[in-house]
Amino acid sequence: MPVRDEFTRIRRFITVTDMETTLAPTHETAQRIPPIHPLWLRITHWLNALAALIMMFSGWRIYDASPVFRGIVIPPSITLGGWLGGALQWHFAAMWLLVFNGIVYLGLNIASGRLVAKFFPLSPRAVLHDFIAAASGKLSHADLRQYNAVQKLAYLVVIADLVVLVLSGLAIWKSVQFPLLRELMGGYDNARIVHFCAMALMAAFVVVHVAMVALVPRSLLTMLRGR
Amino acid sequence: MKTRDKPIIKLDRAAILADASRELDMPSRRLFGKRMLTLGGLSLLTGCSITDDDSVNKFLTAVSRLNDRAQAFLFDPNRLAPTYTEAQLTRPFPFNAFYGIDDVPDVDGDDYRLKVSGLVTGQRVWTLPELYALPHAEQITRHICVEGWSAIGRWGGTPFAGFLHRIGADTTAKYVGFRCADDYYESIDMPTALHPQTLLTFEYDGERLPAKYGYPMKLRMPTKLGYKNPKHIVEIFVTNTYPGGYWVDQGYNWFGGS
Repeated sequence: MPVRDEFTRIRRFITVTDMETTLAPTHETAQRIPPIHPLWLRITHWLNALAALIMMFSGWRIYDASPVFRGIVIPPSITLGGWLGGALQWHFAAMWLLVFNGIVYLGLNIASGRLVAKFFPLSPRAVLHDFIAAASGKLSHADLRQYNAVQKLAYLVVIADLVVLVLSGLAIWKSVQFPLLRELMGGYDNARIVHFCAMALMAAFVVVHVAMVALVPRSLLTMLRGR
Repeated sequence: MKTRDKPIIKLDRAAILADASRELDMPSRRLFGKRMLTLGGLSLLTGCSITDDDSVNKFLTAVSRLNDRAQAFLFDPNRLAPTYTEAQLTRPFPFNAFYGIDDVPDVDGDDYRLKVSGLVTGQRVWTLPELYALPHAEQITRHICVEGWSAIGRWGGTPFAGFLHRIGADTTAKYVGFRCADDYYESIDMPTALHPQTLLTFEYDGERLPAKYGYPMKLRMPTKLGYKNPKHIVEIFVTNTYPGGYWVDQGYNWFGGS
């Protein structure tokens, strides 16, 4: 039925044009507008998510072998590795991915000027304003290209937190070989406390981050396909 | 020291074989399986079942070998582990082994002979009085367990580098291995064996080394994790053939450096 085929084609065309007009003013400029998240950012984001979660779930198993805080024991069923030796293998394998991916992420972010452009300026006043707006459901998510102030702060904090996790982890792993790092962390035993607290902060970030993505599902698409 | 946990790996052979033959019968299912694997991260994180997977274990073991090399690279033969004062000693110093304290081996000092073998010119046995007569050194250092806890102890004995030279060890060899009275076995890299703080200890806190800490001798290395420090040593050998270790053969990292 040619008429019907034609009709479907037109309908498809209209839908496609419609979608693109919402994203960009005209069809021509849409081609030139860069993605909301460049490809390198999406790749490093997901590799980081994979590495950080493996580190966390295997780290819980390692923690359980000798808990830093008596009252806090992680249920073994939600840990990775099966036993201490297995968890250590996962932990010391994923660390390479976490570190090298993190270096690429930070390097490209700084070199491309994205870090400055996306995260600054950032003022406590703006954070407070956007936090109140978010809490009262008035914060706009229309333009995912633009981070709101709370987002900026959260992402900067988790980046710094990951750096602290790596440094405190190094101080635990190589407390003899890195004396400066060990002293910065307040000694071997204290480095474990720093490492655990930084993990707790990261876990809290993951929970909030995933909850926010669930509230604005379009942000997941932009992190997957860039638009 | 050694830890109590043992790996629990239970595989249902029959079920795995049945699964595998079913998969082979249906290429589409296999393809689906492969695609599921590319989802990667999520399936990795949702359960521990994947840790039983042979290829995953092989990969993790390969990375662990890589980490041995990375640690050997990071190891500075002149970097000393921090030392502490007597006031900072952990009392009581914890007992830890792959068995309970009631099963600590009872070594008879009069009959005891230390065997020295492998790539050494002085292959012989040593009695305890001969070993006690060697140059003496002491250290108060932190013992760090692979489990995460640490304890500060005071050890006395003879510097291991001096002992290796005395027995005419080939210090260009890769490994020094140990066999112990409690059936523990361990091996270390030569640079760590020659480290100035690596001590063949016969004393704990100024007293003859008690059975629970490894009588008649323990190799104390503050640059390595506890499980790398063998107790109740009965044989020391120098070799270029990788000897492994009790925990290492079960999955702990071989270098185990700190």
